[in-house]
Amino acid sequence: MTNVDELATDIARARPVAKPLIELRNMTLQFAKQTILSNINLTIPRGQTVAIIGESGCGKTMLLKSVVGLMTPTEGAMLYDGVDIHSLGDVEMTKLRCKFGFVFQNAALFDSMTIGQNVAFPVVQHNLANGRSIDRMVIEGLAEVGLPEIVLHKRPSQLSGGMRKRVGIARALILQPDLMLYDEPTTGLDPIMSDVINELMLRTRLKGKVTSLIVTHDMRTARKVADRVVMLYPHSRLARSENQVIYDGPPEGLDTTKDKRVRQFVEGEAGERLMELQRSSLSGFEETPRLSDTYRA
Amino acid sequence: MSSVPSRSQSRLAPQYSWRESLTQWFTEWGDVVVDAVTTLGDMAIFAGRMFVWMFTAKPCKGTILPNFYHVGVLSLPVVALTGTFIGMVLAVTSIGQFRTIGMESKLGAVINYSLVRELGPVLAATMLAGRVGSAMAAVLGTMRVTEQIDALISMGANPIHYLVVPRFLACILLIPALTVMADFMGIVGGYFYSVVMLGIDHYQYLNNSRQFVGGFDFFSGIFKSFFFGGTIAVVSCYRGFHCQAGAEGVGRAATAAFVFSFVLILGLDLMLSIFLDAVYTSFWPHGAKLF
Repeated sequence: MTNVDELATDIARARPVAKPLIELRNMTLQFAKQTILSNINLTIPRGQTVAIIGESGCGKTMLLKSVVGLMTPTEGAMLYDGVDIHSLGDVEMTKLRCKFGFVFQNAALFDSMTIGQNVAFPVVQHNLANGRSIDRMVIEGLAEVGLPEIVLHKRPSQLSGGMRKRVGIARALILQPDLMLYDEPTTGLDPIMSDVINELMLRTRLKGKVTSLIVTHDMRTARKVADRVVMLYPHSRLARSENQVIYDGPPEGLDTTKDKRVRQFVEGEAGERLMELQRSSLSGFEETPRLSDTYRA
Repeated sequence: MSSVPSRSQSRLAPQYSWRESLTQWFTEWGDVVVDAVTTLGDMAIFAGRMFVWMFTAKPCKGTILPNFYHVGVLSLPVVALTGTFIGMVLAVTSIGQFRTIGMESKLGAVINYSLVRELGPVLAATMLAGRVGSAMAAVLGTMRVTEQIDALISMGANPIHYLVVPRFLACILLIPALTVMADFMGIVGGYFYSVVMLGIDHYQYLNNSRQFVGGFDFFSGIFKSFFFGGTIAVVSCYRGFHCQAGAEGVGRAATAAFVFSFVLILGLDLMLSIFLDAVYTSFWPHGAKLF
């Protein structure tokens, strides 16, 4: 080893290692004996935007919900800033959740409230402001996602899907969280509205040092917004001892990866998958009643 | 002839020996019992968590009044109407028997005693379970299915504290008022039909009622109603929280909330009646007797 190499190693050792914001350690999640997630190990540094992609049913949303403690893993741990969140009590967990912003797939706005009340909910719930300052925060929050004041007194059912999603983003951002989680933010939206949501996610990331986890099927979103892409593969179709994370790298690497499954997903090709699905459905045909019998019943 | 069964034969149910059938029967019923016990245990834990939140934190802002309005104010007209009809129906069905033994004047005592002690509280509870309990299960079920409960949790609100505690308080605190309303309107309905329509003597009707229906009877009805209200709230909220996905899941949760509440109300009514009767007999062994 030359002196220069030794010096470089010494410098690397001396540099403080930044603690990751999120760390999943051997996380396994099972439902009624069915394994959804198996031995997931993932480390996400502060400020990074990670897109989680994968087929429907591979456990992406479950992973996202485990991160905020909506699901409790069967095994393993989920560390937020070095603390295992599943070991926290109700009060500590409630405080910690102020640092999270969650955008649900269908926005999950409260039907019984107006848009203004929906956006103000986290502030009111934690008594972080009152009266006029709440109004100001709500109006600013809505303006940030491009919604006019006029929607304040409307109900969620009176808004379009894209508007509801933007309200969901405004609600998630109102407490200026350290961690943003998006569950399929562009699903069901037209291409232009999808791009508006992508831009909003980008703007959020650039505005503050927000760490983001985005679950998506939309490769445009993954390529445009993410620093890193993680692809999960359904546990039921994995070979024994194979890792469920089949890709973990930059979005540019998706085009050059050698893994056929990743390329197939990225290019949106059914390939042998269609044959597989037909085979698996036919294998159960003898045991299942005929559809016509079911209709008659 | 081929020994391979035809396609239609292969669809037939397999033939079991009596031992296998018996085992299967026990297995199926065992599953039912285990499910029922698990649900009851789960519901007890749910109720326990609700009590912890109720006594350790103030109810959330803006959740109390809408629930009180929905449970109390909006239920009053329907409880009053059904109470009136029940009073009248009691008069119609009992008069024949009482005439046969020449004791029409005692009709008021029977109607008012039944109403105050049993029918008033059970009727108010049934109306509440049907009108409010099913709606609670449907609303909470929809919130579960559309991830609104998850959204609440993710924003640091406890759904039991935010959604269940106000509903429980509304049910338990307002069902006595609904019971009083059902009692009162039933008494009015019974009086109207007996005195005005059947021509029973006004003085005899009221005097007999006063003689045989006492404060304890009124108290026992109100006492029971607290239990009924609490049961309706816990069962309905539990069913909503554990709703299956989809429109069918929400529908099932609403139906199950009503059916389960109703069965529990009647079961509780029996147990509480036995208990209250024992209390009454021990305090007033020579209490008023109708015959």
